[in-house]
Amino acid sequence: MRKVDAISIYPPPLIGGHKTPRDVTADIAAPIGRRPSALWWTGFAFSFALMCVGIAAETYQIKTGIGTWGLNKTIGWAFDITNFVFWIGIGHAGTLISAILFLLNQKWRTSVNRSAEAMTIFAVICAGIFPVIHMGRPWLAFWMLPYPNTRGSLWVNFRSPLVWDFFAIATYFTISLTFWYVGLLPDLATIRDRSRPGLKKRIVGFLSLGWNGSYKTWLRYETVYLLLAGLATPLVVSVHTIVSWDFATSIVPGWHTTIFPPYFVAGAIFSGMAMVLTLIIVARKAMNLEDYITKRHIGAMAKIIIFTSGMVGLAYATEFFIAMYSGNQYEQYVFFNRAAGPLSWAYWTMVACNVAVPQLLWFRKVRDNLALVFAISILINVGMWFERFVIIVTSLSRDYLPSSWASYSPTIIEIATFAGTFGLFFTLFLLFCRFLPVIAISEVKGVLGIGRKRGVS
Amino acid sequence: MNQRYLIGIFEREEDILSATNASRLHGFVISDVYAPYAVHGLDKAIGLSPSRLPWVCFLLGLLGAALKVWFEFWTTGIDWPVNVGGKPWNSLPAFVPVTFEVMVFFAGVSTVIAFLFVSRLWPGARAPLADRGVTDNRFVLILEDTGPAFDQDRAREIFKKSNAVDIEERVETTR
Repeated sequence: MRKVDAISIYPPPLIGGHKTPRDVTADIAAPIGRRPSALWWTGFAFSFALMCVGIAAETYQIKTGIGTWGLNKTIGWAFDITNFVFWIGIGHAGTLISAILFLLNQKWRTSVNRSAEAMTIFAVICAGIFPVIHMGRPWLAFWMLPYPNTRGSLWVNFRSPLVWDFFAIATYFTISLTFWYVGLLPDLATIRDRSRPGLKKRIVGFLSLGWNGSYKTWLRYETVYLLLAGLATPLVVSVHTIVSWDFATSIVPGWHTTIFPPYFVAGAIFSGMAMVLTLIIVARKAMNLEDYITKRHIGAMAKIIIFTSGMVGLAYATEFFIAMYSGNQYEQYVFFNRAAGPLSWAYWTMVACNVAVPQLLWFRKVRDNLALVFAISILINVGMWFERFVIIVTSLSRDYLPSSWASYSPTIIEIATFAGTFGLFFTLFLLFCRFLPVIAISEVKGVLGIGRKRGVS
Repeated sequence: MNQRYLIGIFEREEDILSATNASRLHGFVISDVYAPYAVHGLDKAIGLSPSRLPWVCFLLGLLGAALKVWFEFWTTGIDWPVNVGGKPWNSLPAFVPVTFEVMVFFAGVSTVIAFLFVSRLWPGARAPLADRGVTDNRFVLILEDTGPAFDQDRAREIFKKSNAVDIEERVETTR
């Protein structure tokens, strides 16, 4: 018979190991105080090298021109926009965890919000690279801004989704960074007060803005946090909605559908959650944070994945049904071509990774097996990349005029650029793990009491 | 002039809550409370009124949105109207996305700037700490000595009852 220690109406504790606030400070600040491990250096060297490959590829293509890509007259958008949408989508899970779950009062988010928000910022940086290099003349990127100029003034076209996108990404990046920094303030003060006098203490002291824990400040901080969460929630929905409008406002078959905004937002959160899992399953092990990021946290995120996978699957089915029901032969052909045309392998990879594989997470045994969850999260990342590839390339490759049908395959330069963004992403993430508290110290202290009031202890 | 304070240091959130509540109910003037994290209900225990920052957020958001609608209307409809796909000069529905983004930008950034301004937080500001552990695990309650009416024995009793780990008197010289 299984032994039950006490019957309690309280939920199980969020943080394991009966930690006190002092333990929390010590545990989370520890990696910042000591020298990085060999594992960290290996990861950093690899990521940094990969980033340099990307920089080399970008330098070459900016110098030569985007003729170095595999694009042609029919397929004018392919790898670059796929990667842009992929990275932006990854970022959205960070905002979901930091803002939406905060508004929904999900206390477990405190263990993962800091690293998820960092991931958002780094993913948006990676995403931003692609539209800029696709301009061909990235030094003219400031033409996206509506500034008074000597050409008229000729203003930007505010009816264009690409201009909307520019404003959406710029706002998203600024608000995410602000939200992250405001959340960091109390923790930077904690690090400041723990460090010995020296350069680090001065830098952290400068950045902590003189935070001294006054409750008047805490009250305002909580208000600002709530306001930013309230602003970031519609913002994250708007950003991927606008990204989807880049496609949906055109008349290309397979793009011109009203399902795109919800479909893209769900897909974004789905892929981002998978990336959060990929990162924290490694980070909790490498940084000894098992008491803070428990199987319960991983399980909760796995459940969000099941939910969003269902939404994505429903969107795939709806697209097919509507194409069939529309009676529009171009629309019907695009979907037939996706499932049975030359790129059907990409389509079925996407369906397998995004709809079939995540169903394994229904089983508690699978959710508790972190190696398996890690593998599933990688597969979802692959599947979500293919989703964007399928949407973009299959629709463009065969549209209204069969005489201009074409195919597309990426060049080595495009692949190197994409690999380079992974290098950049992991370089930034490893630097973050090394120099900043990866878990929101002050927020975790606030949830220590949850589940502790069970009789004794 | 010298201002005297009585300071109680606590190590558990229940203790700081009960000490603060009791102090306020006895009519002591609470100068401030210092805490390593936001404790649910402590603002009410101190008797702090809600922050007015939501007004900054609302008004600046509204201002940002209004300015943006006007700017989009002026650039596309008045200053240099360009025919894009036969759409009307003043295509208000197409202005919605950018207006929304600019509203969020104004509201968010201005709220944070206002927060830093009213809380006197700026890069490199000095942080006078009430206790070394206040960003780690200690809570500090500071009562103002209001003169002869200040019943110090009663205050010390309240602190002790709430398991204060340390009680001390401090004098701050103000010029």
